[in-house]
Parts: sequence; structure tokens; C-alpha cells
Amino acid sequence: MAPDRSEDVVIDIHGLTKRFGDKTVVDDVSLDVRRGEIVGFLGPNGSGKTTTIRMICGLLRPDAGSGTCLGLDIRKDANRIKRLVGYMTQRFSYYEDLTIRENLDFVARIYALPDRAAVVKRTLERLGLYGRRDQLAGSLSGGWKQRLALAASVMHQPRLLLLDEPTAGVDPQARREFWDEIHTLAEDGLTVLVSTHYMDEAERCHRIIYIAYGKIVAGGTVEEVIESSGLSTIIVSGRDVGTIAKIVRDRPGVEQVAPFGNDLHVVGPDPAALRAAVDAALAETGSDAVASAGQTNLEDVFIRLMQTAQAGDLPANGRPTATERSP
Amino acid sequence: MSGGFSLSRVLALMVKEFIQMRRDRLTFAMIIGIPIIQLVLFGYAINLDPKRLPTLIVAGDGGPASRAIVAAMEASGYFSVAPGLATEAEANEALIDGSASYVITLPPGFERDLVRGSRPQLLVEADATDPAATSNALGALPQILSSALKRELTGPLAAEASVPSAVDLVIQRRYNPEGITAYNIVPGLLGTILTMTTILMTALALTREIERGTMENLMATPATPFEIMIGKIVPYIGFGLVQVSVILVCAQILFHVPMMGSFVVLLAVTFLFIGCNVTLGYTFSTIARNQMQAMQMTFFWFLPSILLSGFMFPFRGMPEWAQLIGSALPITHYIRSVRGIMLKGSGPADLTGEMWPLAAFWLAAGAIALFRYRRTLD
Repeated sequence: MAPDRSEDVVIDIHGLTKRFGDKTVVDDVSLDVRRGEIVGFLGPNGSGKTTTIRMICGLLRPDAGSGTCLGLDIRKDANRIKRLVGYMTQRFSYYEDLTIRENLDFVARIYALPDRAAVVKRTLERLGLYGRRDQLAGSLSGGWKQRLALAASVMHQPRLLLLDEPTAGVDPQARREFWDEIHTLAEDGLTVLVSTHYMDEAERCHRIIYIAYGKIVAGGTVEEVIESSGLSTIIVSGRDVGTIAKIVRDRPGVEQVAPFGNDLHVVGPDPAALRAAVDAALAETGSDAVASAGQTNLEDVFIRLMQTAQAGDLPANGRPTATERSP
Repeated sequence: MSGGFSLSRVLALMVKEFIQMRRDRLTFAMIIGIPIIQLVLFGYAINLDPKRLPTLIVAGDGGPASRAIVAAMEASGYFSVAPGLATEAEANEALIDGSASYVITLPPGFERDLVRGSRPQLLVEADATDPAATSNALGALPQILSSALKRELTGPLAAEASVPSAVDLVIQRRYNPEGITAYNIVPGLLGTILTMTTILMTALALTREIERGTMENLMATPATPFEIMIGKIVPYIGFGLVQVSVILVCAQILFHVPMMGSFVVLLAVTFLFIGCNVTLGYTFSTIARNQMQAMQMTFFWFLPSILLSGFMFPFRGMPEWAQLIGSALPITHYIRSVRGIMLKGSGPADLTGEMWPLAAFWLAAGAIALFRYRRTLD
């Protein structure tokens, strides 16, 4: 199995660290991504997602740590890695004063793709851009821009696709189509590392990694991450949930209280304490709302991870970063 | 209250502008620095009455009168006479490659004829490609000669000591006999227009990519810094050559500027010059952080290019240090080359002294650009 394993490992990095000035943005990050996997990279703004992705594709030099990407050393072989990796930047980074076709043509030439005209035409058709091929990229809506960016970043048939918040500002249908496309590509053996803020997108990944303040704080399948958080949830439904929320918030055993429409999600680490807190709150208000056991969702887990990371790591790291650094 | 004039709204904008201005250090430095530097630099450098212009003497025979004339020319401050005598061929060569501005020819028997009072010829050939640079010295010449002869011709000849009677002063304004300013301005304009446009075009090359966010993408592709540089400057070399053609056609049609030399040589020098400019512009764009800064740097380069290159003010009128700065500018060598080719018919051999500095500049700018180019976002 040993040779197969090395063949299957697409990203293998250890102890990756990056500092900007005296601020450690990525701190001792290790990643292990297999061929064909879709790995979701989650974390609050400024947690180091973009920086990690940029180090993997050679746009930033790590201050410490080592690793390989597609079997190539991320420190020494950045240029060879670039040929094999598709990278879709957070901000639209194709030429707005070029048409869709001209943009793709440019990319095809940069990667010296053989039979360029045919490749461009195929890409246009496959991603449904053919009808708009002569439209300026700058005049496209967010969804179409994102589609163009995806087309351009997979045209040279990369073996690893790095997507940095690809669906920010894109409507639900376009997001759905985008993810269908990502899954199709993964079935063909493409490995995908995608950073996102959307929980529904995290749920479409094979595996997720949660990073907060530069450190990986959780990882695994969605179920595993929820399971390992040890959180339970009680859903209170009925009238007066607003009043109940105010009371239950400060009870022992309650960590998060979040209204969802007419429901109230009450989350805490200890099921018994949680139940007691909710029952007490119901009794106090005399409400006829119904409390039932609910499913803890990813968002609850992430908010907890974020809060614990903030409480635990803040003194060591100094100020939290308010925004992602972008040049 | 939504209409009308609101002082608070105006103030909001003004405060914001000031904050932004202060954040942009380069702009701030330029607001303070440019006026001071340029004022001092050009205040001391520019001199509309050039002195100590290089002069060669071609003499059939030497004698006390010739020596007196040379001494008086030196003493006037206008002429810097090279030691020793030159042959006619050497003198001609020096006028073409620009190492001499004047050649004074004393024909054989000059001394004898002078003493006899038979009005020997005194031939002064001046490089009149830049009429402004040579006219003052030529204007002063009769006076200089008179005073020299006055001392030499004593006794019965003293009466003839004035120029018209003692010598037959023949002045030849070479290359531009009518002193037409356009002949001098057009090559200079060629240089300045190319400097302005081609540097600006490539100075925006990388900063535009950075500002529009396309740089990150470009850096993530396998394109190497050298490939990016070549790809970015070559189109603008073509752009510059089109401009040159337009200017040359206009120069011919509108100003009838002569073309004594070969178009191939002109094209070669122009190619070198545009190469220098686009590469310099590209270097600017590796240094500047945004398009605004790139434009400011271009402008900062443009001023000395006009003022110290010999385009607006005679090069030889400037003090040594200013000439040194001028010699480091590609445009100085380009303007000299174009004047040489168009007005004097200079060939490649005459222009080596101007072409190697251009080539060296080009290489140096390219090396700096590649060194400055950031391969990563660090």
C-alpha cells in the first residue's frame, strides 16, 4: 500500500507557519489531503485560510514548516506546483476589459495548452459560457464571473483546485450549480480544497477543517466534527421565545441561544444541565412553548470553536485579526 | 436641508482627502520634494548663455597673430580651444560626432597676408544643429577678433585692426545654415514625446494589475518574471515605433526637416531608446504601489529629461554636474543621435558614443526590474 499512499496524498504539510510583522497569521498548520477529496476549509475572517492557501500554491513563502503539494516541495518547487494547481482567488482576478473568450484564450496561452482554440471552445461549452463568450468579463454578474473564474482555473486540467471563498456574493442557484460542478470534477479525480463561510457548503465537502486564529482546531467529516464537539441542542418552539431566550441565556449549562424564526435553539455541552435550564426558564415564564431535543448543527459547533479559540489563544497571539490580509 | 450647500458635507470630503493624502507617503514627499529639488536643480543647471564650447583649430601656419586670436577666444570664455592643431579631416569628424562645436581654420599664409594687409580669410565653422547653443559665441566673435588684432597689429597696421578690414571672417553654420529652430526642436520632441508616453504606458503595467486584483492570478500561473516583463514591454516598443513614424512624417510634411542620414540607423537608435524607456517604466511599476505613484515617478523623470538633455537648453551651457546627470539620461543620447542622423548624416560609426550608453541603460533597467519584481505576495 505504501506506493499507493504517496500517490494518493495530494497535500501533505507540516507545521506551516506564517508571520506578517509580529503577527502570526498561520501557526503550525498541518494538512493531509487525499486524491479526489473535497476538503472544506472553514474559519472566521482573518483566521489564516487565504494565507494557508497562498502558501500551498507558492504565492507566499512560509516562515516555518515544510510539506509537499502533489509530491513537490512547496518551498523549492513553487513553479512546478503552479502548473499543476488551479487557483481561484477570493476577489475576481481576470481581466474585466477582456471578453470571456479572450480571458480563457489568455489563460490557455499562459499554460501553453496544445490545440488552444478547441480547448477554449470546449471549456466555454462545458461551463455554459459559450452564449456569452463575447461579453466583457466586467459586465458579468457575480455568478457568471465566478463561473468564468472556475472555467479559467480548471482549463489546464490541474490535479489540485484551490478555491478561496468562491461563492461569496453568488445567488443560491449559482452556488448549487457551482457545487455540482465541483463534485463532477472531484469524481474525475480532481482534489479540491475550498474555503468558505457557508455551512451548507461545508456540508457538501467530504471533510472539513476548521481554523481559528491561525490554528487548526477541528477536523473530520461534518458528523465527526459535530459529534466531537459534545454539544447538545434543545429546540424550543411556541410563543414567547424572545422572553425565554433572555432568561435562558444566563443559566448555567447554556452556551448559545439563537432564534430561528419561531424556534429557539439552545445549545450547551451537558444535556442534563441544558434540559434543566430550559425547563426552569419555561416554568419561570409560564409559557406553553414546547421543548424538544434537536440536532446540533455545524454553525453551533463553529461558534463554539471560535469562542474557545478566542478565549484560549488570544493572550498568546495578541490582537485578533479583523480582516483577511489582501495585498 | 438635503439640498443646498452643506459645510459639513464639504468638510467631510476635505478631511477624508487630507487623511488619504497623508497616508500616501510618496505623494506627500513629492508635494514637498519636487518643488525644492527641481527648483534648486534647474535653477543652478540651466544657463541660456553656454560658455566653454569645444573648439578645434586647423592652421596652415602658426604665428603670433594666430596665437593671439586663440588666446583671445579662450579669454572670452565662449570657446574652449583644444591644445594642438587638427587636420581638416579630424575637424570634420569632430563636428559630426559632436565632440567639437567650432572649427577655426586659418589658411596657409594667414600671418603673412595679415601683415601685408591683404585681408586673409578666417573660416569659422559652427555646429548649428542647435542654433541657440552656438549663436551667442558667434555673435561675440568679431569683437574678440578685433581686440586680439589690435594688440598684434601695431604701428602702421593698427588702423586695420578692425575685423572687416584686417581679416575676411567667414562663418559657416553647418547642418542648419538658416538657423531654423524646428530642425533642432523636432529631434528633441521625438525624444520627449517618446519619453513621456512609453515610460507612462509601462509604468502602469504592473500597478494596473495590482490595483485591479489580477496580479495575484498572474502570479499563480507558471509565467516567470522575465516572461512577464518581455510580454509587457514589447507591445509598447511597437507603440513607440508607430509614434516615431507619425512624428517623422509630420516633421517632413510640416517643417521640411531634412533627413541626411539613413532611416535604418534612425530606426536602430530609436529602438534602443524606446527599449530603455519601456524598461524604465516597467522598473517604475515594480517599485510603485499604485498607478498614481507610477505616474508621479514618470513625471519626476520627465522634468530632467526635458531640461537637462539639451532639448530646451543648450547641454554645454550647464555646469559639469548637471552635464553628468544629463549624460545618464537616455534622452540626451537619443536627441544627439537623431540630430546627428537627420541633420549631419551621422552613421553608426559616428554614433557609437551615444549608442552604448543607451544599451547599457537598457540592460541596467531590465536587471533592476527583474530584481525588484516580487515573485510572491510577501
